[in-house]
Amino acid sequence: MAAATGVLVPRLKDAGLAALVAAVLFLPILGMETVPGADGRLTLDFHFHIVVIGAAVVFAGRLAMLYLSRGRALRPSGRSGVVAEFVSRHGTWFGLAGLAFAIALPFLPFASRYTIDVATTIVIYVMLGWGLNIVVGLAGLLDLGYVAFYAVGAYSYALLAHWFGLGFWSCLPIAGLLAATAGVLLGFPVLRLRGDYLAIVTLGFGEIIRLVLINWHEVTGGPNGIADIPRPTFFGFPFTRSPAEGETPFHELFGLEFSTLHRVVFLYYLALALAMVTNLFVLRIRKLPIGRAWEALREDEIACKALGINPTNTKLTAFALGAMFGGFAGSFFATRQGFISPESFTFIESAIILAIVVLGGMGSQIGVVLAAAVIVLLPEVGREFETYRMLLFGAAMVLIMIWRPRGLLAHREPTLTLAGARGGGP
Amino acid sequence: MAYFIQQLINGVALGMVYGLIAIGYSMVYGIIGMINFAHGEIYMIGAFVSIITFTLLGMLGLSWAPLALLLVLIVAIGVTSLYGWTVERIAYRPLRGSFRLAPLISAIGMSIFLQTYVQVAQGAKIKPLQPVVTGGFTFADASGFTVTISWIQILIVVLTLLLMVGFTWVIARTPLGRAQRACEQDLKMAALCGVDVDRTISLTFVIGAALAAVAGLMATLYYGVIDFFIGFLAGVKAFTAAVLGGIGSIPGAMLGGLVLGLAEAFWSGYFSIEYKDVAAFTILVLVLIFLPTGILGRPEVEKV
Repeated sequence: MAAATGVLVPRLKDAGLAALVAAVLFLPILGMETVPGADGRLTLDFHFHIVVIGAAVVFAGRLAMLYLSRGRALRPSGRSGVVAEFVSRHGTWFGLAGLAFAIALPFLPFASRYTIDVATTIVIYVMLGWGLNIVVGLAGLLDLGYVAFYAVGAYSYALLAHWFGLGFWSCLPIAGLLAATAGVLLGFPVLRLRGDYLAIVTLGFGEIIRLVLINWHEVTGGPNGIADIPRPTFFGFPFTRSPAEGETPFHELFGLEFSTLHRVVFLYYLALALAMVTNLFVLRIRKLPIGRAWEALREDEIACKALGINPTNTKLTAFALGAMFGGFAGSFFATRQGFISPESFTFIESAIILAIVVLGGMGSQIGVVLAAAVIVLLPEVGREFETYRMLLFGAAMVLIMIWRPRGLLAHREPTLTLAGARGGGP
Repeated sequence: MAYFIQQLINGVALGMVYGLIAIGYSMVYGIIGMINFAHGEIYMIGAFVSIITFTLLGMLGLSWAPLALLLVLIVAIGVTSLYGWTVERIAYRPLRGSFRLAPLISAIGMSIFLQTYVQVAQGAKIKPLQPVVTGGFTFADASGFTVTISWIQILIVVLTLLLMVGFTWVIARTPLGRAQRACEQDLKMAALCGVDVDRTISLTFVIGAALAAVAGLMATLYYGVIDFFIGFLAGVKAFTAAVLGGIGSIPGAMLGGLVLGLAEAFWSGYFSIEYKDVAAFTILVLVLIFLPTGILGRPEVEKV
């Protein structure tokens, strides 16, 4: 009994202190809401009950934490969880099962226009995540402006279609190429910088692209964006009820009844195909010398230099390839939406894609799929979560970094091991 | 000429605000080598606490400006410092010694969290503040152009200079300053010599947040409107200022802030106001490429 009170009192004190700090923090921001008054001046709405509830929650949470961790401070755990290990060991089977499900999805009984739309969004984010994974997960370069390449891809297609009347299929490689070029142009001077400087420069670059898109009215349409972007065709056969002279629409080609669902399903498969191309590409390139060089560079740059790997060129290829997939995803986004504006390419979008990579576990392909599904579905499941989505999101990023700094499904097992030996990860 | 002087004055006032925020980045980077991405958000919270306290004092009927300003300054510094301390305690301390991108990603998460937190609690609309300090000096030259120095600009310059003097004294003369300088040179060695490293780092965050709170208060007075999104741009620009002056160097942060403020004022004055942020980001990229150690920074030696 004496021992119990011996622990209880300091813990209560600790939790009380935490609650006090929380109360001071919450008092002005949560407790007093500034609202416009009658004469245009601000007045305050008081919500002191929220402050009290908040402080109580912090008190209870802190006490629970102290008991659960038995007084130890929360420290990052180095060991990978059982689930994570299981998933990464049987990654291929999970991947194949996921792919089979993805292919079958439009024909499943619960599939509706809405489900397929959401699934398409998930697949786009998966593709963006895989693209960024090349840069962040494999090469270890923190890119906070990935959305810039997405924007370059989207605007490339929109502008080429608008001014030169090019179609989606001829624009796709051009958009990828332009995005990769943007990646090289940005990467060449800045890739010599240290990791965190690089992060800020890429963030700056992302903002520059967005500000140029907003202000360069003559070409980009400014904040209003570009509308009437041509929709994709089924290799030249449009998805319309009444096509232009001399064109065969998709439904006549296959002798089907016209349905607007055709285009939605087609877009979904298109996104899936693009994502699978990205996935295959990444899986294969990891086994090439360049892919191995990326991972080596992530672990130790000085050792790589000593082994004769040119860090700048190696990083540049990672940057350009990542940018290229961002460009592909961008032009798909443009053709799917039919309308793009700088609004879609803010820093938050970069942060979301980065969060998908980080939450999923840097370098893990399946982790990206899971994280993309969670992040896209979270606001869809409960629309009332909309406002709180980013709140949860920021908190999740912090917590996951504390608990599992390498991500949920991180596996850092070397892709190459001595014959017979299993790589014992850290 | 008058136009030039006007831009100069605006630029100096703006630069002082950037400089104050930049010191927070520079100090933290100097000691633990991480970019505290949430620092811009701390500045934004400083501005919000200021505007809330002003409104509260107005409702209580306190209208004598100097006293109101003093009270707001104290409250803003107190609450914002506590935010700085809490952020370090929750998001960065558990990650000390983790792999190098982890604290930066955690900081980005914290930044998103704080931004949304203020948006949810206070609403997304811009918050206007009735002018607290009005008037100033106006000079006219022969050609009819007038140059105005507002009281707020004078307040910004005087307050910043005072803070800089006090701050330099803290770093150079007090035990805390000595501990900070020791930590900056070598964390492990400082710990072995009996410096409480965790406490020193916490206090560094507290000081950085206090300076950011002053910057937030002055920006609120200067612009008269704030919203939950101001932290992002101000943060990136202040970081640019810190890098420009040489990250880790405190006089450098102030100098970098001034250079950036002047560059921005002259760019908006003589070229196009739409592209002023592009100009700031371009300066950042150019500085990092051609002058990675900044104006007053020491070159970094990489050890194996």
